[in-house]
Amino acid sequence: MESVFMKRLASRLPLFSIFVLAFSLCPVRAQAHLNSTGMGPIYDGVMHFLMSPEDLVPVLALALLTGLRGVSHGRRALFVVPGAWLLGGLLGLTVSATNGNVILSSIWFLLLGGLLAADAKISLHMTTVLAALLGLYHGYLNGTGMGASGYVAAALIGLVFAVFVLVALAAAFVIRLRAAWARIAVRVAGSWIAAGGLLLLGWAARKG
Amino acid sequence: MRITGQYKLAVGMAVLAMLWAETAFAHAQQGQAAGFLTGLGHPLSGLDHVLAMVAVGLWGAQLGSPAIWLLPVAFPLVMAMGGMLGLIGMPLPGIEYGIAASAILLGAAVMFEVRPPLAVAAILVGFFAVFHGHAHGTELPPGQSALLYSLGFVIATGCLHATGIGIGTIHRWPWGQTLLRVCGAAVAVGGVFFMWRAFS
Repeated sequence: MESVFMKRLASRLPLFSIFVLAFSLCPVRAQAHLNSTGMGPIYDGVMHFLMSPEDLVPVLALALLTGLRGVSHGRRALFVVPGAWLLGGLLGLTVSATNGNVILSSIWFLLLGGLLAADAKISLHMTTVLAALLGLYHGYLNGTGMGASGYVAAALIGLVFAVFVLVALAAAFVIRLRAAWARIAVRVAGSWIAAGGLLLLGWAARKG
Repeated sequence: MRITGQYKLAVGMAVLAMLWAETAFAHAQQGQAAGFLTGLGHPLSGLDHVLAMVAVGLWGAQLGSPAIWLLPVAFPLVMAMGGMLGLIGMPLPGIEYGIAASAILLGAAVMFEVRPPLAVAAILVGFFAVFHGHAHGTELPPGQSALLYSLGFVIATGCLHATGIGIGTIHRWPWGQTLLRVCGAAVAVGGVFFMWRAFS
């Protein structure tokens, strides 16, 4: 009895193995980008942004930089960054999960932190370009892997809303600063961000 | 024991269920806060690092504008470059000596209220920053976020500078100038101790 069973099993084993392998490799859309707050998709999106330093810090750096440059730059960033973020996110929703490139992330830290530390006198046009590229890149990364559903679209809106609020608050805070030491403190924050980017680049090189 | 068809089917289904690729919610983000806190605490764990960072702030406060803000802006960047050199595996000989020497020289600069040209001060501080970054910026415990560790490390270093600058504001009073020099002497003595320990 045993031997008959074993023979049957052995004869069906390759077929069974193929089925198991096929099922185990079956691709399933990964929803890798959302923290669950229990308060619905809008808040999940807000929380995702606030809990993702690789997204949060470059946006903060750009907002501080535009704040140093003045009202017109702050206003430009206020609408371009969230708009580009939404556009990038919608594009990303059409793509399966993609891992962000650590080197690109560190370059954003270096670029925006460096410009902030140097108090670079960038033009309004350059502010627009930086804001659009930042929003598109990070929005795209946020959108990828979320899947295409109403829940995810709402989470994306929450995320974009959080970006808008952060840019508004940070830029407005810096625009109001008049004391030299306070503006220098903002530049010091830029040097910290750039330094973090340099170290992140080192970690990426070490892993690579 | 008789193995029925239903039994085999059940086992097969169980195996399939176990191997079925489940939707991943991959952002539990474990180790994020730990990475930040480890980075934040690391500079504070070494007295040699603390002394040198505070001395940078003290010296900046003595020198006044623009050194008071240039040194704290330049130091984290150069320190991060030192950290990056360590991370990519580039060796830096005599790190412990360099860190001890930084405390001695920066402490002495505060003690004697040395006022070199701004470029010289920046180069001196930057030179030693490489040693501090190489030694301290590369010790990430496994499983923790490299980004948050780096940010915590840089922020803690910056706060040590700010502490030095804060203490250095007593420079406006005559007794404060004397006290600052005493602080510089204490840092230099600490540096001598660390140098002695590095040699022994």
